Amino acid sequence: MLRVLEPGLFTTVQDLGRPNAIASGVPPGGAMDRFAHRAANLLVGNSEGDATLECTLTGPHLLAERSCVVAIAGAEFEIRINGQVAPTWTGIFLGKGDHLAFGARRSGGRAYVAVAGGIQADRWLGSASTNLMAARGGMNGRNMKAGDQIGVAREASRPAVSGHHLPKRLHPDYGNHTLAAVVGPHLKRLDPDSRGLLFKAAFKVSREADRMGYRLDGPRLGTSGDELLSFGLTAGAVQVPHGGQAILLMADHQTAGGYPVVATVVSASMPVAAQLVPGDELHFAEVTLDRAHQMRLSLANALDTLREPAR
Amino acid sequence: MRPPRSVRPASRVRLHPLGDTALLAELGTRLDTALNTRAIALATALKKRRDVRQAVAGYAGVTVHFDPDQTTHETLGAAIKRLAAKRPPMAEPGRLHRIPVVYAGPDLEEVAARLNLTRETIAELHSKPIYRVFLVGFVPGWAYLGPLPEELELPRRQVPRTQVPAGSVAIAGRQTGIYPLPTPGGWHLIGRTSVKLFLPDRDPPCLFRAGDRVKFFAANL
Repeated sequence: MLRVLEPGLFTTVQDLGRPNAIASGVPPGGAMDRFAHRAANLLVGNSEGDATLECTLTGPHLLAERSCVVAIAGAEFEIRINGQVAPTWTGIFLGKGDHLAFGARRSGGRAYVAVAGGIQADRWLGSASTNLMAARGGMNGRNMKAGDQIGVAREASRPAVSGHHLPKRLHPDYGNHTLAAVVGPHLKRLDPDSRGLLFKAAFKVSREADRMGYRLDGPRLGTSGDELLSFGLTAGAVQVPHGGQAILLMADHQTAGGYPVVATVVSASMPVAAQLVPGDELHFAEVTLDRAHQMRLSLANALDTLREPAR
Repeated sequence: MRPPRSVRPASRVRLHPLGDTALLAELGTRLDTALNTRAIALATALKKRRDVRQAVAGYAGVTVHFDPDQTTHETLGAAIKRLAAKRPPMAEPGRLHRIPVVYAGPDLEEVAARLNLTRETIAELHSKPIYRVFLVGFVPGWAYLGPLPEELELPRRQVPRTQVPAGSVAIAGRQTGIYPLPTPGGWHLIGRTSVKLFLPDRDPPCLFRAGDRVKFFAANL
């Protein structure tokens, strides 16, 4: 259906992950930016859990071997179809033989490509998400390479319609790199100075940043107390290991660990976190659970507009 | 042999939010088989709830991932307190795994020197107890086993290795474990095994489950 002419830097199949596998030590995985992943799917009439392509920093060049409807959401890239600039966050029709090419990246780190009918992929432990460590899921458990053929999971029951669009006012505020976070279970292990810095200081995404997590440059956070017994972790957790360099856990995080968790980024801020790239500055802002709930509903409502019939 | 345990009053659960879609329920802070048994029972009970996506037992607590559209921290917290106050069902003994180990790890010499023990004694001490699987996690198939005999207690290596070979049998603190995959690691490598811990084509994809028992025995090549 779609032929990969150039794979881009790191393009993998992702969906909403495999939460059931974490009890076996398998990372939950799934799209880093779940908002953009869901939006791309809804824009082409898919279910939000269908598999998409997650394209990192540089995007692919794809050839439509059959006509289809696609949508690209997330990081802002210059997208061209047969050389003509095409819109993002919009369902677009590709005729047989059309070339879809990612160009310059303007902002963000990860874009999602959805195809009407969903991307056909290997499923592993209930998810099509690619797990490189186990070499399972997605495209034979690996990232895309030139020559790969991307199939469609199922024929649409009704023709997919192009032209659906999600206006920018309904996107997460990707330009605002302040991540809303709830106080973590071990905040009290931070020394008083560090506790003050956590929600004030600027942090920067270091070069050690991938789907597992981001090491953050910034103030060294001092902790005290006995070693913790290991416990289950979650994406968004801000861990502080012995050296004092904070780590923000992302989709492919280690499932358990024993470092203090001093804050957890709320689900509504994770799409913003997912779009950060090495060198980006960020802040943590303390929010209540009520505020986190409102933020989550606001994003869910934005996606609900895509479930309405197109005009 | 352990003396029979008297019935202890249910200790208080401490609930901590982990963002808006998860929470940590702490039953205690000690490495303790009874606490771990309660954590596993609590996780099993929570997994049956409609609003719980996943519940993972840690050493002495449970991390609960829930659907925030179906419940709140308060509702779930109240249910957790209720469940934790109940006497846990009689724990099943857990499956017993016998794991052959060649005690010839790259750190064996150094561990022997630091503990002032012979290599043979280390093998003997390490293969004597029946360990408990306290927790499965960290990387696919990894299991935290313990408690390790006091005579073998050592802090983690100062400088972790960037790559530990799969099948390495390792110790640190009062814990022991087997590296299921080549990963970075800071534990002391005292042996290796050919037993596969990560089984990607099975569901669940790992040999050990929380609550299982593990007995090592010395083997030759």
